[in-house]
Order: sequence, then C-alpha cells, then structure tokens
Amino acid sequence: MKLPAFNYAAPQTLNEAIELLAAHADALPIAGGQSLIPILAFRLAAPSLLVDLRRIPGLDAITISAQGVCLGAKVRWCDIENDKRLAAAHPLLADAVTYIAHYPIRSRGTVGGSLAHADTAAELPGIALTCDAEITAVGRAGSRSIAAKDFFVGPMMNALAHDELVTELRLPPWPPQRRWAFEEFARQQGAFALAGIALYYDLADGVAGNTHIGVIGASAELQRINEAEAVLNGRKADAAAILETAKAAAHAIDAAGDIDAPAAYRRALVETLTERALKRAAAR
Amino acid sequence: MQTKLNVNGKTHEVDVEPRLTLVDCLRHELGLTGTHVGCEHGVCGACTVIVDGKPARACLILAVQVDGAKIETVESLADGDTLAPLQVSFRRHHALQCGFCTPGMLMTAHALLSVEPDCGEARIREALSGNLCRCTGYIGIVEAVLEARAAYKTGRRGGTP
Repeated sequence: MKLPAFNYAAPQTLNEAIELLAAHADALPIAGGQSLIPILAFRLAAPSLLVDLRRIPGLDAITISAQGVCLGAKVRWCDIENDKRLAAAHPLLADAVTYIAHYPIRSRGTVGGSLAHADTAAELPGIALTCDAEITAVGRAGSRSIAAKDFFVGPMMNALAHDELVTELRLPPWPPQRRWAFEEFARQQGAFALAGIALYYDLADGVAGNTHIGVIGASAELQRINEAEAVLNGRKADAAAILETAKAAAHAIDAAGDIDAPAAYRRALVETLTERALKRAAAR
Repeated sequence: MQTKLNVNGKTHEVDVEPRLTLVDCLRHELGLTGTHVGCEHGVCGACTVIVDGKPARACLILAVQVDGAKIETVESLADGDTLAPLQVSFRRHHALQCGFCTPGMLMTAHALLSVEPDCGEARIREALSGNLCRCTGYIGIVEAVLEARAAYKTGRRGGTP
C-alpha cells in the first residue's frame, strides 16, 4: 500500500532532532527505514512527522577498545560485515549479522533502528541481551545508559522516552578464548527466525562458566534462559551436558505459537538449535 | 518537497510529497519504468536499485531521504541497443521468463559483481536470496551471474561508471 501522508524533517544536529521529537507527540525518527517503511506501508503507524537522522554527524563509527565494541546508532549492517576486525573483536556479533535480512536490506538497516524497533525475532537485540550490552540514549533530559535487559520491555517495545534517540550500543570486551555460537532457523534465507540461539561460555580448567544463552524469535519476548545456563555452568561441555542444557532450554522457554509455527514446534527448535550451538561452540 | 536526485548520471530536480517512495518517484515522476514495483514492503526485491554504490530496495526508501544521492537503475546497464555483459548472460542462460523480477535481479547482481567480481556460487545465491523469481527456479539466474563475473573482472561491466 502507499504510505500515509506525513511531514518530513532532516535536522543537522542531534539536539534539533530531539527538539523536533519533543515538539510533536506523534513524530517518529527514521534512520535506515527498513522496518519503519513497511510499518507505514501497512498503515500500522501514521506519524505526523518523520525526523530523518541522516544529516546528523557522527554516530556511524565502530570503535574497538579495551572497553569492548561500541557501535554508533547509524552503523549499518554492511559496515559491520565489512569490518574485518570484528571477527576477532566480537565473533558472535559478526556471525549473527550475516543472518540479518538480505543483501540490499543490509546496506540500509542500522544498529539504532533495530534496537529501537525491538523485534523479538531480530538478531541484534538478541546479541545485545545475551552479551549484557549497554545502550546509550540521548533526550532532552540528557544522556543515559540503559542495560539491554531493561531496554527491551516487550515485543516491539523499548524503554526510550518519546524524545530519546539511541546513540550507541556498547558490547563488553570479548575474551579471545571464549566459546560461542549463533544458530537460527528460518523457512527462507533472510526471513524472520522462527527461533534463534546466541550463546557463549568461558572455559576455566576445562569447565564451562559464565554461560549466556539468549533466544530470539521463539517467544513473545527476548529471553535469556538462566535455567539452561545454570545446567552448563561448572561442568565440562561434553555430550551429556550439551543434551541436558538443550533440554533445559526447551523446558524453560515460554514458546509462542502463531500462524508461522505452533509453540511446540518452536520449543523443539530451541532444543535442537541449543544443542547444535553448544556442539559448534565446543568444537571452536 | 524539492529533492535533487542523480539518476544514471543525470541530475533531476523533483517536487515530491515526503511519503513518495523512491520507486514511485523513479517511475511516476521521472518516467523510468524499468524498475518494477511488486510487494511495496521490501520482500520481493523487484524494485532493487543501487544507491551510492550499494544495492537497496527502492520501495523502502523515501525519495526525500536520498536527496543528493547517486542512483543507478536498470536503464543504466545497456548502451542504447547494446546489452551489458550481465544482460547478455541473462539472455543466454534463460535467466528470465516473465521478466518481472529481472530489473531487481540485474541490479542486485550488478551491485555484487561490481565490488566482488570473484564471488562464488554460495555468495551469489545468498545475495540474490532477497529477490523472488516465480518462473525460473533460479538456476539460470545463478548461472548467468556466475558467467558474467568474467566481464566485471576485466572492467567491462557496463552501467554508469
């Protein structure tokens, strides 16, 4: 469908953008627009004003330091794919991004847009939650840092105030010996995941610890599965531990059923994908 | 809203509503109907064009968002009646039947081969996975893109430099 009518502004500074959002109660920011434009085309939103962030300087850097990986809100998926440093600095992120949508979408879609859109089937929110990332938001009241677990408050819902914009995503440092894997299942390449697993753990004396297991797509909310993490922590990641962890994940997941797949199917996917991911992680 | 677009090397100034998508701008304002519009929500890939060197869905971009950008459409490929190597390859491998998906297929492949002329079949299939074709079963399309790599390696790519 054709888009509903709206006004459009492309401010030159972050402050101007924030002021425009503050002044218009139903204004929406737009960056890559790869989720927002379909929402407009389906007439699921009818903003009076779109505030385009394209002219705002900065916000497009990928910074790698002892503090971890920092992605500016306007970093695009293709920027992450093309940054060869990330294979070592954050391999889980680099791998997960290859699952995002399609080649022509990845040249437009942005980090900040995906986080704010907060789709439970989206890869980056899953990585942010799994990795204990922090999201910086700036609004009229100033700048604040929001933990990923507090940022995603529900399906397609974030913790941002109306006048706040995401400016960066900060992922904690990645130890070089960390074991990790990303697995997802979608019916077509690039389609929304029916379920996906992002996980990592650290090895000490052959024993797994600090296990983080995050799930996308399978439930109504992004989830870490603490019950499954606890099963693996303190054990060798052998075949028995892997199976037990995968079963615990399937047991704990609050699987959602909809037109694409029944809940039991998604629950089975969580078990299978967790098992596959743990096997891949152990083999790295 | 006054918007300046450089399309296939030619600058156009158009006065458009903010809600006008790039694909509708190309077709209705500029008369460039080579770019097809299918699903209008970013799923089918028929409207794929190249924006500042990168492939993009023209139905998922507002014309006003690309003010000042360099746009390449399927019309840029051939030189008059002389088809570009990629188009010749599509014809040779029967990479189209009805032709509806073809402009999007060509521009996605053109974008890919322009930066990755050495890419393999798996990469080509991944890059084209966002372009739906309901006629060919994709085999001819993949074969055509594989063959066209040779032209890109030697700089005979066609299109707007």
